[in-house]
Amino acid sequence: MSAATGINLSARRTSTSPAITEPWPVRLLLIGIALAFLTLFLFIPLATVFHQALAKGLATYLASLREPDALAAVRLTLVAAAISVPLNVVFGVSAAWAIAKFEFPGKNLLTTMIDLPFAVSPVVAGLIFVLLFGLQGVLGPWLREHDIKIIFAVPGIVLATVFVTFPFVARELIPLMQEQGTDEEEAAVSLGANGLQTLWRVTLPNVKWGLMYGVILCNARAMGEFGAVSVVSGHIRGETNTLPLHVEILYNEYNFAAAFAAASVLTLLALLTLVIKSFLEWRIQRQFAEAARMLQGDAA
Amino acid sequence: MNLSLTSFARRVTLLVLALALGLSAPAAAQRATLLNVSYDPTREFYRDFNAAFSAVWKEKTGVTVDIKQSHGGAAKQARSVIDGLEADVVTLALAYDIDEIAARTKLMPADWQSRLPHNSSPYTSTIVFLVRKGNPKAIRDWDDLVRPDVQIITPNPKTSGGARWNYLAAWAYSLKKDLGDLSKLNDPAAKAEVDAAQARARDFVTRIFRNVPVLDSGARGSTTTFVQRGIGDVFISWENEAFLAIEELGPDKFELVVPSLSILAEPPVTLIDGNARKHGTVEIAQAYLEYLYSPTGQRLAAKHFYRPVSPEHADPEDIERFVKTELVTIEQVFGGWQKAQADHFNDGGLFDQIYVPSR
Repeated sequence: MSAATGINLSARRTSTSPAITEPWPVRLLLIGIALAFLTLFLFIPLATVFHQALAKGLATYLASLREPDALAAVRLTLVAAAISVPLNVVFGVSAAWAIAKFEFPGKNLLTTMIDLPFAVSPVVAGLIFVLLFGLQGVLGPWLREHDIKIIFAVPGIVLATVFVTFPFVARELIPLMQEQGTDEEEAAVSLGANGLQTLWRVTLPNVKWGLMYGVILCNARAMGEFGAVSVVSGHIRGETNTLPLHVEILYNEYNFAAAFAAASVLTLLALLTLVIKSFLEWRIQRQFAEAARMLQGDAA
Repeated sequence: MNLSLTSFARRVTLLVLALALGLSAPAAAQRATLLNVSYDPTREFYRDFNAAFSAVWKEKTGVTVDIKQSHGGAAKQARSVIDGLEADVVTLALAYDIDEIAARTKLMPADWQSRLPHNSSPYTSTIVFLVRKGNPKAIRDWDDLVRPDVQIITPNPKTSGGARWNYLAAWAYSLKKDLGDLSKLNDPAAKAEVDAAQARARDFVTRIFRNVPVLDSGARGSTTTFVQRGIGDVFISWENEAFLAIEELGPDKFELVVPSLSILAEPPVTLIDGNARKHGTVEIAQAYLEYLYSPTGQRLAAKHFYRPVSPEHADPEDIERFVKTELVTIEQVFGGWQKAQADHFNDGGLFDQIYVPSR
């Protein structure tokens, strides 16, 4: 199985050779197109978000973020992320560890299944939970009898978030672990380490940066998810509204400055994610390089 | 490396714990929560009304009520309650959606609508036209909507309660124009005449929907399409939503046109008995709904552009804004919501037959 990140990085390592550079007009044209595209689809919309958010002044901006419903939305978004990200880490590490380091029947099936949430539309993901836990659904009547609320409450939002984000960590770790091979683990085991020690002291430190990269991506999606969460939320203000849903509600209430203020918080989170992501990418690149050097060392 | 990973994990655990603790702050004893599941254009009204009711209830009983709101297209909201959204009260756009809740969940009796005065509708509204300032397309009445040069904005009758009223108002106008006297609808002797009028009404509404470029799922989405995105020449809208759009987004940009005939829209309210019993909120929820009929409730409804059932309690200036026009009822023209829904809006009904997404 080809590792997406690996290909990316090895391409980056070789692309600086002067023999394959383009003549300057072509380069200029390509850079121009890329810049024009970015300006049109990224910089202008981003600037608009902040411009609209501050359209009625800084005081309005801050007031709309301090409003109880906005704070509740921020809190719920953080809770959903704080629950779904650790779950993802556990699942992602287990799956990647199993897939990259062991051979077992059904391995390809598992690898494919991990990608399912990427392939399914988030709306469908949300509806699955409504059909399962809704009052007209399979488990709904039983849940109501026992006074357990899943959909239209926080657990439903967390479930939907976990569902749409669960490939992120595994997807990052699998190629990295595969490239690193099992040599170090074999060495550890032959020196008398048990499984848990090997995982904690050898495997995890080796993939630390990749893991954090996965966590960052997963977190970004968990905080930004709209579709699946919208279906299971019930849109109760101050209770089941996440930040993205809060933005929609405010927008529909003609409260444009507040809507964009909330949107700007999400945008800032995204920008922060981007910075951390770039830093981690740089660290992972070094880790890949190290793995490659060791492999070459083995071959020689 | 080993060490830093461990301390990282420890820090994450602490953060999660801190968040969890912060959330489970103890609730005060004298508190109650109500969930009101409503439709799109009532947001502003219920924000004011909830504050007024909370204050009165606190004074009367010492209990602080926290009223939660959920808004969206009426049919979608009803669907959520059917799927288990635990509303104590619903305040939706039309009776049919609440009938659906009663029929599918058995959480309240089928005759819920007779439990409160005026068909459980403390305020009414009607359907009007919102046009751009100066009325450049000279839209005065329903007949102008079938002109090929007029682009119309209305939400989707499948998901929006307001849109169903829009559709039925247009249909009623055509019938009235043809028949002159709507009582012929119930006169067996006039059957041939009525059938011809129904066929012409169908053609009339078909031509109106041919002029609709986009169908949004709720009234608020359509308002945004017309007002923010600047699409369309006329927006068929709730009267209250049209007033609100003018107030919020510029009296210098839009005008309200009241057609010669429209429909009396009764957005009903009800207690969802099963949910309220489960939450122990029956008493508060009932008082909440009754308060809608109180002088304060009626005054706030009029302030937010709903026509109050007891106009004497409202500010006279608020009442003056409502243009007098002939209003027909759904019972009179369509034989009630159950029949109207079955004939027009259910799958394979008349709306499905006449609406072909345009261009």
